[in-house]
Amino acid sequence: MSERSMPVLELDRAEVVLGGTPVLRGVSVTIRAGEVVAILGANGSGKSTLVRAALGLIPLTRGEARLFGRPVRSFTEWARVGYVPQRLTAASGVPATVAEVVSAGRLARRGFLRPRTAADRAAVTSALETVGLAARAADPVSTLSGGQQQRVLIARALAGEPELLVLDEPTAGVDAASQDAFATTLRELIGRGVTIALVAHELGAVEPLVGRAVVVGAGRIVHDGAVPRPAGHHADPDHEHLHPHAPAAPPGVWTAQ
Amino acid sequence: MTLLSYHFMQRAFVAALLVSLAAPAVGIYLVQRRMALIGDGIGHVALTGVAVGILFKTQPVYTAVVVSAAAALVIELVRSRGRTSGDVALALMFYGGIALGALLIDKSQDASPATLVSYLFGSLLTTSNGDLVAIAVLGGIVLTIAVVLRPWFFAASHDEEYAVVSGLPVRALNMLLAVMAAVTVTAAMRVVGLLLVSALMVVPVATAQQLGRSFASTLVAAIVVAETASLAGTAGSYYLDTKPGPTIVVLALALFAAVTVYATAIRRWRGTRSAAAQAAADPAKNLIYES
Repeated sequence: MSERSMPVLELDRAEVVLGGTPVLRGVSVTIRAGEVVAILGANGSGKSTLVRAALGLIPLTRGEARLFGRPVRSFTEWARVGYVPQRLTAASGVPATVAEVVSAGRLARRGFLRPRTAADRAAVTSALETVGLAARAADPVSTLSGGQQQRVLIARALAGEPELLVLDEPTAGVDAASQDAFATTLRELIGRGVTIALVAHELGAVEPLVGRAVVVGAGRIVHDGAVPRPAGHHADPDHEHLHPHAPAAPPGVWTAQ
Repeated sequence: MTLLSYHFMQRAFVAALLVSLAAPAVGIYLVQRRMALIGDGIGHVALTGVAVGILFKTQPVYTAVVVSAAAALVIELVRSRGRTSGDVALALMFYGGIALGALLIDKSQDASPATLVSYLFGSLLTTSNGDLVAIAVLGGIVLTIAVVLRPWFFAASHDEEYAVVSGLPVRALNMLLAVMAAVTVTAAMRVVGLLLVSALMVVPVATAQQLGRSFASTLVAAIVVAETASLAGTAGSYYLDTKPGPTIVVLALALFAAVTVYATAIRRWRGTRSAAAQAAADPAKNLIYES
């Protein structure tokens, strides 16, 4: 586990241009070991681009991204990083079981061309237990609800036993009860000392767990510190108030079976 | 069985058996990436490779491997860039490949008009011992890599961006898969022909998808479907006096249709049964269970 206060995710005057449009305009942010940081902002603010650039998925036009103190381009210790991308589904064109998808998350730790060990299997089981889906391991991932598939993606990131977990809107379109279940998972990970970077539109049930909020607006950091009061956040005229946990959402997607 | 007493039939069966092991093992990743048509494009370009082999009086299968592997790498580069103009660039390459191949074969002194047709639609019954060696070596290499690297190919095909953040050599895996698809196309061209080769990579997977629950079981089922279609198709073509290549593909499509009807019926039946079970359940009992 990385030493406390050591920087694990850094952007230094980062600029990103996508399709001719500047998306990040000189962003500097440092997330240190053990921190639980929420990256907030309206749709299109650049909050998702911020973490994707930090992970090296989007090239920077200027500035530098570092993971665990190393420039992301020469970073090799990917097993230390767990990533939960923004996805509508955990399924792909060909059927796959929950365990098969989660096992893909173990490859970073397993090493290229290494055979699977008992420890690898145990890590996959443990990751599924953490998100409350151990009983569904053998089920095709496409038979799970939307919220359960989000939990599969979280379990996949946990299978590599990461020190840093980056989550990109894992609760988008998920109802209130399910957000509570997500908060339980997050609390357990924080207890283990995992550093969390959580991209979100609204914090909901996980708000008490978050120690620091970075608010992105129009490609710049407009706030970095305590979690802004919901009243102020909602009062923002740019804030597009969509409630993803409206009654239309499927019931109980974040709750255990 | 009189069928197996002929040497040309023995060679035909062995060739069909080998190709049907390798084709779905590569095809499953193409389907997973929603690139099912890529084998067709490679097959078009491979015809130019065949023509080069005929012109230089070498084994066409080896020149076809080189040319189609180069084409597959270009396709992969265009795909990874993700440009919309790439779509048209690939179309130009495919038409160029088949037109140039047909032109060169036609002008070659060593080729009869039947030569072109045999490469386009296969000529399983003329499989020579040399062809069998080429198919066994190429198919064996492809199958071994596909089996050994299965977890890594699965991860890179399932969620490419996630695989990058896992530190997997995604670019190398994608290039390798493209070359494996090209090798499979050339190994299978004797059996079903360059225009039908993609069918053997895709149709068995599409069939197995409807039955499989896991990736592993879908892969095994796809190989079983491919073997059934190609061995029964080879035998059928002997008795019906039809061309083996098209017979195999029509049979594979018939299997797909049959499995689709079966799988749909099963889903409907399960659907009505679970709805009936829910209706029959006592609501009060549910309340107690939940509290």
